[in-house]
Amino acid sequence: MKRDNQLFSGFVGAALMVVVVIAGLWTASPVSASSNAFGDKIFNPGQLKPIDSELKVAVGQIAPDFTLPSLGGTNVSLSLFKGKKNVMLTFIPAAWTPVCSDQWPGYNIAKELFDRYDTEVIGISVDNRPTLHAWTQEMGELWFNVLSDFWPHGQVSHTYGVLRSDGTAERAIFIIDKKGVIRFIHVEDINVRPDLGLLIRELQKLSD
Amino acid sequence: MKQVIRTALIIIWLFGIATAGFCVDTQSAHALDEKQRLDFTLAVPQQAAAVSYLGLGGLERFSLGQIQAKVVIIEVFSMYCPICQREASDVNALYELIVSDPSLNEAVKLIGIGAGNSEFEVEFFKDKYDIPFPLFSDSDFSLHKQIGEVRTPHFFGLVIDDKQSFTVFYSQSGEVGDPRAFLDNLLKQSGVM
Repeated sequence: MKRDNQLFSGFVGAALMVVVVIAGLWTASPVSASSNAFGDKIFNPGQLKPIDSELKVAVGQIAPDFTLPSLGGTNVSLSLFKGKKNVMLTFIPAAWTPVCSDQWPGYNIAKELFDRYDTEVIGISVDNRPTLHAWTQEMGELWFNVLSDFWPHGQVSHTYGVLRSDGTAERAIFIIDKKGVIRFIHVEDINVRPDLGLLIRELQKLSD
Repeated sequence: MKQVIRTALIIIWLFGIATAGFCVDTQSAHALDEKQRLDFTLAVPQQAAAVSYLGLGGLERFSLGQIQAKVVIIEVFSMYCPICQREASDVNALYELIVSDPSLNEAVKLIGIGAGNSEFEVEFFKDKYDIPFPLFSDSDFSLHKQIGEVRTPHFFGLVIDDKQSFTVFYSQSGEVGDPRAFLDNLLKQSGVM
């Protein structure tokens, strides 16, 4: 009788695990609508751990300076904008993946919104420049700088605390004011695109 | 023993619910098939012109079947989609072709669903490209799942049936292309115009 109970308990445990796993698969469906602009070129890594890093900077701190190569061929430093413009750093996980491929094209049509709040948008990816060149070509001509944090791999992402354990970056936004102070940090679930409205409202606060 | 059987039945039931949900979601990874009935509810737009265009006076929410039309064209778009951006003027031209033709103006309606786009993003897209037809936010992708998690842009043509429900008769992934050719082809396939 005792053995029957043990067997039954094992059966119940296993069955519940199957239910939980399947229910999890059901609810963990992708939350993106890929654009036809990329055809079948997008690699789908499936549902990923929402956040896989720990921030190393905080709101109120001076943003760590960095210099990275841009797609345009020049090196761009954060300190170039100090005293001149607000800066929105937009880290994306990786080129040719869902969500990322449908994030910067939105910022690309919203230049007037960023201009309204005197903000320089800087895209940062851990991909190398050739990869970023091919990928951003599919988006049309981007008006903002795209910087490669490829080598030393993910150094800037690591400094800000948004480098994931697999070498990609988080989907993270840092808003830095003209004094170089971090005013807003948003590390989004990697599977989700942050709402543009949220970012614009934060930029608006800088001018209030 | 009875307790064992009852518990086992509960587990089997839970398993059935989980697997049924999983199967529904898997199927929705494909665009809706033609001849498939489609209905969902949306909030009535705030703009009086949009309310009038769709014939929705006095409602807060409406279902597709309440749109006063024989044919409804749905554009599934995203403000983040480069093709949707590039083609916005062509889709606007499609709308103008419809409303400028007295034989189509009352019978054919065009709406847009912003897949994964917040209200802010939809409004920005509408203002940016002077879009004259009603656009709706689908910020949580719930409608996007229902219509098959299509890539953007995607166009569906729906035709009203004898039960005042809309059935899909047209499904196109990608560019609208030439608005005149698109409209002529769609109307021909609708069988009602």
